[in-house]
Amino acid sequence: MGEAAKKLPRIVINEKFCKGCSICVDFCPTNVLEMKGSTVAVKDLGACTRCQLCDLRCPDFAIQVFD
Amino acid sequence: MSGTAVVEKKERVSVPFDYNKYLRPNKLPHIWCPGCGHGIVLKAMLRAIDKTGFSKDEICMISGIGCSSRTPGYVDFNTMHTLHGRALSFATGVKFANPRLKVIVVTGDGDALAIGGNHFIHTCRRNIDMTVVVMTNATYGMTGGQYSPTSPLETVATTSRYGNIEPPFDTCEMAKAAGASFVARGTAYHTLELEKTLHDAIMHKGTSVVDVIDACPTYFGRANKFKSTTHLMDVVEKDGTVNVKQADKLPPEKLEGKFLRGLLHKVDRPEYCEQYENLVMEKAKAK
Repeated sequence: MGEAAKKLPRIVINEKFCKGCSICVDFCPTNVLEMKGSTVAVKDLGACTRCQLCDLRCPDFAIQVFD
Repeated sequence: MSGTAVVEKKERVSVPFDYNKYLRPNKLPHIWCPGCGHGIVLKAMLRAIDKTGFSKDEICMISGIGCSSRTPGYVDFNTMHTLHGRALSFATGVKFANPRLKVIVVTGDGDALAIGGNHFIHTCRRNIDMTVVVMTNATYGMTGGQYSPTSPLETVATTSRYGNIEPPFDTCEMAKAAGASFVARGTAYHTLELEKTLHDAIMHKGTSVVDVIDACPTYFGRANKFKSTTHLMDVVEKDGTVNVKQADKLPPEKLEGKFLRGLLHKVDRPEYCEQYENLVMEKAKAK
């Protein structure tokens, strides 16, 4: 386990574009995201595995995962 | 070692992807409902176009009327938003006038198969070089959720309150029978697979028809008692389809009522613009 394993990803959420469909929350395999009101928010960044499913399935261009 | 692994993964998944270079930022956020699959298909399409390496000026995106046909408004290619069902006629004109353009027609199931059904079969018959992306959500979303030519039997819609009794079209079978030289199907759920399918469709010379099954949570989902968008995607797109490569290994009872995903039909046939140019050159030489 080097330093690379500890490095957290960066999840960028565009709250103006998010319509709150909760696709990203439901498809996230490690429950990183949660719904906060009508938009999505990051709950547990440490659990993110960078699988990008939220990014790929977001219909609104509202979420992106960077290394 | 870890460095190479990361590079390999990035190449495979091709995200994070900079969508902004293909979008018109002042037109966003788009008008599609929360959870609508059209946005997912648009993203897969942009990644596929990026992989083909064509510049923005070489692509022409044309649509008719409907929810899915709003797509060209958000992308920064040469775009046309045309008459209901007639996107393929306009596309034929564009391609014929400038055969160097890569023409992509984005259309819905009602737009392509009901209102423009005639244009659809004749485009396939001519085998003119264009990509037709049919977004099948089994609903006319823009006008209030009426049933469409691809709505499965017993679908509840605003015009079929007791269930649909009309047998649906199979878009891919129809395209194949009409003569399209590349026929494939994808879903919004299997977005990476869809990206590859769309890439192959754009690179193919001849009419390529890609039937994309995506969900309409607002009308189809609510009327047919789906709990959420995710539930709808799981049932219709994940459980309702089988990859064509896996289909041979499965028993026939498991394939019943399911759509096949992936490349369904590919043949080499003479392309219309090329044939026309050859004819003109031949006759010019004869004089």
